Amino acid sequence: MPLIEKGEIVADAYIRVPDEEALPEGAAVLIGIDRFLAEADGLKGRQAPVGVIWPNNRPIAEIEPYLGQLSLIALNFPSFRDGRAYSQARLLRERLGWKGPLRAIGNVLRDQFLLMERSGFDQIDAAKTADAEAFDEATHRYTVFYQPATDQRPSLLRQRLGRTVSGVRS
Amino acid sequence: MYAYDEFDRAFLAERVAEFRDQVGRRLSGALSEDEFKPLRLMNGVYLQLHAYMLRVAIPYGTLSAAQLRRMAHVARTYDRGYGHFTTRQNIQFNWIKLDELPEAMASLAEVGVHGIQTSGNCIRNVTTDQWAAATPEECDDPRIWAEILRQYSTLHPEFTYLPRKFKIAITAAGHDRAAIKVHDVGLRLHRNEAGELGFEVLVGGGLGRTPFVGKSIRDFLPARELLSYIEAIMRVYNQYGRRDNIYKARIKILVHEIGAEEFSKAVEAEWAAIRDGALHLTDEMIADIRARFIYPAFAALENEPAVLAEALKDSRFATWHRNSVQAHKVPGYSIVTISLKPVGAPPGDATADQMDVVADLAERYGFGEIRVGHEQNLCLPHVAQQDLPALWAALDAAGLATPNVNLVNDIIACPGLDYCALANARAIPVAQEIAKRFSDLDRARGVGRLHINISGCINACGHHHVGHIGILGVEKNGQEFYQITLGGRADEHAQLGTLLGPAVSYEQVPGLIEDVVDTYLELRAGPQELFIDTVARLGVEPFKERVYASH
Repeated sequence: MPLIEKGEIVADAYIRVPDEEALPEGAAVLIGIDRFLAEADGLKGRQAPVGVIWPNNRPIAEIEPYLGQLSLIALNFPSFRDGRAYSQARLLRERLGWKGPLRAIGNVLRDQFLLMERSGFDQIDAAKTADAEAFDEATHRYTVFYQPATDQRPSLLRQRLGRTVSGVRS
Repeated sequence: MYAYDEFDRAFLAERVAEFRDQVGRRLSGALSEDEFKPLRLMNGVYLQLHAYMLRVAIPYGTLSAAQLRRMAHVARTYDRGYGHFTTRQNIQFNWIKLDELPEAMASLAEVGVHGIQTSGNCIRNVTTDQWAAATPEECDDPRIWAEILRQYSTLHPEFTYLPRKFKIAITAAGHDRAAIKVHDVGLRLHRNEAGELGFEVLVGGGLGRTPFVGKSIRDFLPARELLSYIEAIMRVYNQYGRRDNIYKARIKILVHEIGAEEFSKAVEAEWAAIRDGALHLTDEMIADIRARFIYPAFAALENEPAVLAEALKDSRFATWHRNSVQAHKVPGYSIVTISLKPVGAPPGDATADQMDVVADLAERYGFGEIRVGHEQNLCLPHVAQQDLPALWAALDAAGLATPNVNLVNDIIACPGLDYCALANARAIPVAQEIAKRFSDLDRARGVGRLHINISGCINACGHHHVGHIGILGVEKNGQEFYQITLGGRADEHAQLGTLLGPAVSYEQVPGLIEDVVDTYLELRAGPQELFIDTVARLGVEPFKERVYASH
């Protein structure tokens, strides 16, 4: 599935490794939560980047002690109708101060790309190739944003005071 | 009126363009029905029994004459010549074709009207008192705060895929006409001892299969902290609300399962982290929203002008005046309720012609403003008392002067099995038949204030739990049956009705309701004791004995 990073389709630098398989030497890996928590101490010394898939039913605050050893955090949308990861993403960015890559995975569709971007995701693992190709269009449909979120777009409540419609598009 | 500015208009045009694109992708097959469904729902588009239905928001129940006229146009052009006003300050068009929907939406968008977030698992149209800015009872115009919430919640990136729908209602008056205690969040605007504005915050109210009255989790939230506190509630709900079972996914279940105290603690903890952030409302922001509400230029008039006193000698006018006209905060003006419950017609329906008449009358006599209440009636909030006789004559000619507001035939009903795919039983014909039994309005007036609410299934769109008499349609062995409850109410003393006894058949309902009313007339302490007060004093037992003995 095509990966979009900051608006561009890119090659995925991470290998997703199932729990029962050995980690490939020297390669960036994305692993599940159970394995990560079980091997967290051992992984600290690993010479290649480690990313974790944090499930959407586990409080995101619990990730805090591990942030220093992670190179990527992936949040899951088991269905596009399940919006828990939006809150997790905002808390990661705004509360826990995560500056590294934040990836949306699972049932990730184009009609939700903008919401994801506004909630702090900078990597999107699109479920459909056609959706990935429409990323630019999907995230630039709107010039007006009513509320503040994780992105730096000015919210309308504040913007109105300045009375300018320019400078909204990223 | 609230004046949409260039930002609101740009947003609406962008939203219509997005939906047009989504419909195109659905028709081409790029979107599956499963993928399309939440997208269309969040634009107010349902798939009903017979056709697509478009639900259009009337934010905080306020409409301009131009907007109502455009709704008449949509009803005439894309529907079958009428619209249906709902219990949540929306209007529904029941017969629109999918390929014409973007056209209808674009037409509505031209006058700033839309169906955004009238459905789907998001923050819905924020509702409030239909007498806002007209009633002498209120401490502030609640629509200012509803508008702030409307903007905040519109396409909110974090809260568009909640566990379930989320409804917020606001009242700023002591007498609650917005039913805030049966909403996911209810907000009661009031002033503290220092004279500052703030909200009492209730959570977890709601009807449906598992009805609850909301619990108060904060007595006084300073008004300028409204958004951060709401965001804290939403964030707790979005993370911890149940998603394993659609029937247990509303916030009321979360509040019930962990308890209001635990829930409140979680909200307060989240709020502490964000209350000083970007959501803090400055005086400047509030003033900016406030400044875009346009208020009428009231004339200096006296109460009870001579022309009114003269007209009151006509008993038909006097009857309507007693029933449908309420006190206004400005001398010489009145609030007029327009009953959409003519005896024998579907509750809440208005024809395109009637909408045009009301729009014209609003322009002529009411500063061009129309309101919609959750009781499915319309309202002209600012009418000069000297104009009441002429207004009445025009309403009467259009069949819009039925003097039955708050009476036994001012029935709230959902569309029921006649339209709705979820319904188990008919609601509209039940309402029509009951209304006919009391078509002698002298008899109905003798009964006094009595709210009947009818729902065609346990999803409770007709709010039967909070009807003084509640009627719930159920299905038993392929037949329509109805459960009756007594003693519910949706106002500041909100409570759920008590089951009267075994369900009865479709044919038995009107007779049973007549028996309940007759029993009340015999048991009441006097003509001043309302039905709801008699039920509160005696309980349902005496009613049960009398009613079931005769059936």
